[in-house]
Amino acid sequence: MNGARFAPVIGPIVVGVLVVAGWHEAVRFFAIPPYVLPGPGVIARTLWTDGPSLLASLLVTLRITVAALALAVALGGALAVLFSLSKTVEVSFFPYAVILQVTPVVSIAPLIIIWVNDVFAALLVCATIVAFFPIVANTTLGLNSADRNLVDLFRLYGAGRLQTLRLLRLPSALPLFLAGVRISGGLALIGAVVAEFVAGTGGAKTGLASRIIEAGYRLEIPRMFAALFLLSLTGIVIFAVLSWLSRRLLRHWHESALEPSD
Amino acid sequence: MAETLVAAAALAKSFRNGVAALAGIDLTVSRGEFVGVLGPSGCGKSTLLRILAGLAEPTAGRLDRGTDVAGRVGFVFQEPTLMPWATVWANVYLPLRLRGVGRDVATPRIGAMLDSLGLGEFARAYPRQLSGGMRMRVSIARALVTEPALLLLDEPFAALDEITRFKLNEDLRALWRNLRCTIVFVTHSVFESVFLTNRIVVMTKRPGRIVADLPVNLPETRDAGLRLAPVYSDACRAVSAKLAEAMV
Ligand SMILES: Nc1ncnc2c1ncn2[C@@H]1O[C@H](COP(=O)(O)OP(=O)(O)O)[C@@H](O)[C@H]1O
Ligand SMILES: [Mg+2]
Repeated sequence: MNGARFAPVIGPIVVGVLVVAGWHEAVRFFAIPPYVLPGPGVIARTLWTDGPSLLASLLVTLRITVAALALAVALGGALAVLFSLSKTVEVSFFPYAVILQVTPVVSIAPLIIIWVNDVFAALLVCATIVAFFPIVANTTLGLNSADRNLVDLFRLYGAGRLQTLRLLRLPSALPLFLAGVRISGGLALIGAVVAEFVAGTGGAKTGLASRIIEAGYRLEIPRMFAALFLLSLTGIVIFAVLSWLSRRLLRHWHESALEPSD
Repeated sequence: MAETLVAAAALAKSFRNGVAALAGIDLTVSRGEFVGVLGPSGCGKSTLLRILAGLAEPTAGRLDRGTDVAGRVGFVFQEPTLMPWATVWANVYLPLRLRGVGRDVATPRIGAMLDSLGLGEFARAYPRQLSGGMRMRVSIARALVTEPALLLLDEPFAALDEITRFKLNEDLRALWRNLRCTIVFVTHSVFESVFLTNRIVVMTKRPGRIVADLPVNLPETRDAGLRLAPVYSDACRAVSAKLAEAMV
């Protein structure tokens, strides 16, 4: 049915339009000053005038995010493979991965910023720490949940560990790995922003977080909202791109990527 | 008497959790036989088959396998157990690939095997695009492509509808006649075991023991018509009676 088919597109648009219109009306009706809550029109204008400089900051944040995600995928994936090859390694190291995960990044970011001289590198380390865990946890789970009977079949035909890893465990882990990457994409962005909040403004190139802080100090609330808007938009785009990638890689076989049946 | 392929003597298996699955199995399988293992659910049929395949170790007794059996066992599970990310062709290629057979050498063998199971036009399909019966055919093709000395099947058709099961029974019987391999076929269906095999061993409830070893005296070539023949129903009745004895 058409209604069901287009609902995922139209539904959010309708909700968005209603919220923005309600917001606009509320700001006008209660005469809320822009330094408390700017209306959507003011924010849109700020976005237009400050756009170029905000985009430059966004690019800085984005570079950290993408680099952190890449690093998290490489390190997390490698660690998960190591875990799957040796149970001893897994049980010895996994608790520490958990510790790293449950430690709030704001509490270790100051240390990292002291230890690592380069600001970009320091923020990268923080964002990577935040983004790393879902990939390790998901990929480890995926590598270990290959079909038992298929594992037996590989054994029956005398497959080696690496052969089993390459031909069976890695493909079995792909859906969960990709789900982990999707979560980590958003976390990398959050990590990059939070770490920059802690690092504060400094250095020549500043990311979006510094712009938000700066705008807050100067009570330039519309610019703060404009920066926030760009940030959420970035988060949504990252999620959409990673979801698309996941569907594309799994389209032939995994339930999550199949077209809904008629 | 044909050469002995597998000989189990007083095989027993208890799991670590204390469940005794098998208690004293004596079973000899000769080259070229088609043996059915018949017993109620949970009596240890899968456990026995896994031991015969070398996938599990018995806790007591001994198992002798002919020298050419080791490494030449094919196994078909109750589920098709295919790799969902791989095409039909790649799934059937898997055992050859694991043994280092190159694609060029494997291609004609896989082609012939797919054709003989009626899968010729599905080589590039993915498992999810196939029906349950077709998936099971792929699973059988994968087991046969290595030309195993011993083929073990663990209730492969239990989840299929009757029409599909009947057709697969006929095809498997014909394959066995053509390939002349040795088959041990586990089932809990009297009708299936009588239709397919030349010899039926009946197992008791857990812990499993073999209580009867019956020849199936039916024509060598069997087709759908046999299901309506009085000789078939007589044979089924006789085996059912033995199974009923085993259950008390
Ligand atoms: N790995 C295992 N650990 C513990 N008990 C098991 C295991 N595998 C099978 N069993 C038990 O052994 C008995 C025989 O199982 P199985 O060989 O699968 O029977 P069947 O194939 O005849 O239905 C069952 O009671 C089952 O619960
Ligand atoms: Mg079973």
